[in-house]
Amino acid sequence: MSKRTDSNVYTIVFAIVMVLIVGSLLATVFSLTKPTITTNQKIEKQQNILYAMGVNDNDETSANFVSTKVAQTEFSKYIKKQLVIEGDKITENDKAYLIDVKKEQSKAKEGQTRRLPLFIGEKDGKTFYVAPIRGKGLWDAIWGYVSMDENMVVQGAYFDHKGETPGLGANIKQRFFMDDFIGEHLLDANESFAGITVAKGNNDPKNEDKTDNEVDAIAGATITGNGVSAMIKTDLKLYVPYFKTLKK
Amino acid sequence: MGLLSKKDAALITDPLADNNPITIQVLGICSALAITAELKASIVMALSVMAVLAIGNVVISLMRNIIPSKIRIIVQLVVVAALVIIVDLVLKAFAYELSKTLSVFVGLIITNCIIMGRFEAFALANGPWKSFLDGIGNAAGYGLILIIVGFFRELLGSGTLLGLKVLGDPIEKTGLYAIGYENNGFMLLSPMALIVLGIIIWIQRSRNKSLIEEN
Repeated sequence: MSKRTDSNVYTIVFAIVMVLIVGSLLATVFSLTKPTITTNQKIEKQQNILYAMGVNDNDETSANFVSTKVAQTEFSKYIKKQLVIEGDKITENDKAYLIDVKKEQSKAKEGQTRRLPLFIGEKDGKTFYVAPIRGKGLWDAIWGYVSMDENMVVQGAYFDHKGETPGLGANIKQRFFMDDFIGEHLLDANESFAGITVAKGNNDPKNEDKTDNEVDAIAGATITGNGVSAMIKTDLKLYVPYFKTLKK
Repeated sequence: MGLLSKKDAALITDPLADNNPITIQVLGICSALAITAELKASIVMALSVMAVLAIGNVVISLMRNIIPSKIRIIVQLVVVAALVIIVDLVLKAFAYELSKTLSVFVGLIITNCIIMGRFEAFALANGPWKSFLDGIGNAAGYGLILIIVGFFRELLGSGTLLGLKVLGDPIEKTGLYAIGYENNGFMLLSPMALIVLGIIIWIQRSRNKSLIEEN
């Protein structure tokens, strides 16, 4: 004798009820957690920007953000201006850190003008210009923030990724890799934009030559490294006209 | 009598050795190869799978008498996917830092064959308590192998353990590096994980001949 649960009607009713229950459960959890998640993401962006300009809780080896409790106050303390560069137009916008770089990149692909956020921070009497970058790694998106001085010399960098391989590509968010960028020149000797290449066989493992536009690659993470080089080149190049206006 | 009966205790201890999900049942190999380049990642993955497998097993076990057999695999998938999404959302809201560390693993949990394997082979036929223990046991067995592989890959590949430089500094040439030791970059690549796993299986079967299948 076949069981009650084997009938077609039972199976269909079961499937419908299950979808309804699971669907509403997921929708409820999503709507309950969404506000907190959005706040967390906003704070993370502020922490990223602060990290790139050297406001962080780093110890000797590991990379640490300022704590979430103080992130907002530190952000308003250190970030003096938030600019949005849109073609030739430069406007101040205190919500510039919420600009979605991914959306702006796709707008640019459709031929529209891309909005470029730039954060101007001051620390110990020094001015930092922090710009967001975004690109592709091996498996998924990679992104980061690079802080520069007015000569486009890197003062700090923060990189992050969505799903790079742990131990390999995921190491772009390790101190040893991010710290290598400090002091690197984005412009070459002729003052034109060269970017920074994550280079294999750099023969400069301690990265002492800061004017070669190269940092040492991570073994086994070639594609992620190429992604980092590419996003630095394509995204930071867009800021060159702004930096030129600083020198006038 | 202790907390667990002999049979119940076996549900936890068997998967650790003679019925290990990776080395004997050959389940969960993909994640064992993919994420074991770091010891920390292995531990995080092991704990995440333990949480999802234990809760999922209990849910499937509670539903076992009402699940229509024709769509049982879909039901199992829905349960594991829903659990993983809920765990992910809750972590993002209340343990944001941890959720970022876990991001790469959360997706992998859904595709982990051990989860579906245990739902199908155990939870559909046993009560919730036994299923819970089975989930814990199998995830522990899986985690044990992940941690062993992760230990050797991180130690030999990067010269570190949990990020700490245990063999010295390869750039400053201190510790073992001072006498000419070099990190083995191959260990960081997935094929070497397969070889380490093969060695574990070899050692296990040579110690316990009853595990060797007859041709």
